[in-house]
Amino acid sequence: MSEKTLYDKLWDDHVVHTEDDGASLIYIDRQLIHEVTSPQAFESLRLAGRKPWNTQRNLAVADHNVPTTNRKQKIPDPIARLQVETLDKNCAEFGITEFDMDDVRQGIVHVMGPEQGATLPGMTIVCGDSHTSTHGASGALAFGIGTSEVELALATQCLTQKKSKNFLIKVNGSVGAGITAKDIVLAIIGEIGTAGGTGYTIEFAGTAITDLSMEGRMTVCNMAIEAGARAGLVAVDEITIDYYRGRPYSPKGEHWLMAEREWQKLHSDDGAVFDKVVELNAAEIKPQVTWGTSPEMVVAIDAKVPNPADELDSVKQQGMINALKYMGLEFNQPINEIKIDKVFIGSCTNSRIEDLRAAASIVKGKKKADSVSLAMIVPGSGLVKQQAEKEGLDKIFIDAGFEWREPGCSMCLAMNADKLLAGERCASTSNRNFEGRQGYGGRTHLVSPAMAAAAGIAGHFVDIREWV
Amino acid sequence: MEAFKTVTAKVMPLDRANVDTDAIIPKQFLKSIRRAGFGPYLFDEWRYEDIGEPEMDCSNRPLKKDFVLNNPDYQGAKILLTRENFGCGSSREHAPWALDDYGFRAVIAPSFADIFFNNCFKNGILPIVLSAEVVDSLFKDVAAGYQLVINLGAQTIVTPQGEVIQFDVDAARKYRLYNGLDDIALTLLQADKIKAYEAERAKRAPWLFV
Repeated sequence: MSEKTLYDKLWDDHVVHTEDDGASLIYIDRQLIHEVTSPQAFESLRLAGRKPWNTQRNLAVADHNVPTTNRKQKIPDPIARLQVETLDKNCAEFGITEFDMDDVRQGIVHVMGPEQGATLPGMTIVCGDSHTSTHGASGALAFGIGTSEVELALATQCLTQKKSKNFLIKVNGSVGAGITAKDIVLAIIGEIGTAGGTGYTIEFAGTAITDLSMEGRMTVCNMAIEAGARAGLVAVDEITIDYYRGRPYSPKGEHWLMAEREWQKLHSDDGAVFDKVVELNAAEIKPQVTWGTSPEMVVAIDAKVPNPADELDSVKQQGMINALKYMGLEFNQPINEIKIDKVFIGSCTNSRIEDLRAAASIVKGKKKADSVSLAMIVPGSGLVKQQAEKEGLDKIFIDAGFEWREPGCSMCLAMNADKLLAGERCASTSNRNFEGRQGYGGRTHLVSPAMAAAAGIAGHFVDIREWV
Repeated sequence: MEAFKTVTAKVMPLDRANVDTDAIIPKQFLKSIRRAGFGPYLFDEWRYEDIGEPEMDCSNRPLKKDFVLNNPDYQGAKILLTRENFGCGSSREHAPWALDDYGFRAVIAPSFADIFFNNCFKNGILPIVLSAEVVDSLFKDVAAGYQLVINLGAQTIVTPQGEVIQFDVDAARKYRLYNGLDDIALTLLQADKIKAYEAERAKRAPWLFV
């Protein structure tokens, strides 16, 4: 068959060798490296006396462990500090470019990559982090790997992979006012479940997707992994190409013109066959709020917490009962009556400039509810922070009683000092609501930046459609 | 990596779906720059009453008695029996490192998250997918002292009643796991092909090779 999906094209373009059983050696154009999943890989390379295949294919940044306050002093947690210093040392020893903690380009690896043009359309991109799927928004094949494969990619610039199946998710039509990329992707996960994309690469398409900015597309692809798919994709169009024009690592001059011509081909052909297709009607998507401990436990803002008794599958029913207990919620409780203690706006899902603008437009001229003990804004990178400050967004947040922090992963996974206390409930723009994810005993509700900001003002979840 | 031939071992039932990698090994332990020593913190939040911290001595920590890892009947188990979508969430290889360090050699479930599944094979752990019905029947049978024999070569599981359950495993992964082979050495055997690919690709996409 000559018609190819976008995934087929990206795959075929990177096959070095295919074994008889279908396993292929795939060339990796870019590896992003951070402090948490790389130290053991460098250590193994060192012990085996191996060198990276090509140092220039790698780019490193510390993000998971870095503090979001007081960067001038050393990281207080000695174990976290050692891990960040180990990344510095490894990058120096192996000759890999790193944006260190004092560099304005430092940020969450998945924000920094596209921002620098270090992850480009048509590339294969890996990182020891499951949210590497984010970079698929630019028509690149990007997926998370474990530390053994970080080491393998360092040493050989290749990985052995079996091709996934093709899954097309079309979101037709236009979303209503106040509905964002985050609501779209949460609605998709609610529809297909957290294992719905397992074994597939998902291509997101349809007007509601192509209408999104690059930032919005990144939010959608970011959470492909929450739907079980290692990689998510959006076809290249003018929005993609405009986004990459003039970025520091983007091609220059003649190369840019060549790249632009090649990138125009990065879309699924008419008539390409997908193994699975799901369509959603964008107009029906309401603001989404998760109520449980898995991203698929999600409902619309005007809904109620579901009743486990209505679930016929006994394993799922038990999961719901466990989740309600952990979350401290009763079934049939209206979502918009759930009171929150903290707000976290940040993470590789929602910490880009567009996200901060959306949140700022909600809090402008208002005050954080007294019942909310902390509302924090953590920009995705030093450059996002700089841009936001240029636009005066930091002042809007600070005036509203929100905290304006330094860039990093922060309370998305709470490896640094930013965490929920046991029993605290958070409106969070991150990607995972697992037990303990944001702190031992912490309770996470995943929402869009505007919804999180509004919850911080009202003290409980509100329907953002009534505010815009 | 330890080769996997035949494992005869007790089975521990973890009757939950969607067990995520944050549950398998909470994030505070990911600050370690080492590969070993995660076993005592496996399922830390479900296993202990207190909050675990890296490098903590776990020998005197208060245990959550109702968690299966703390059930005396299943001590010494090397096979974990669990439900759908095991290992979902983050790509942290610390999850299979923790399972391995604790002593698990195999995990049986109706389905696994992709990255975790792949990471298991890199660390001498065999993840086995069986139908939800077969997993359900194993959950019904499993009890103190219940043992299974897993034979990777034959791709079989033999129950104490002598029932033989076949399982699928990708041939390349089986070969590497069965022989405990190093991925890098195997891949570097293809170095000429990688260089040829780069030379050819540099013509098509020269901006990647500046």
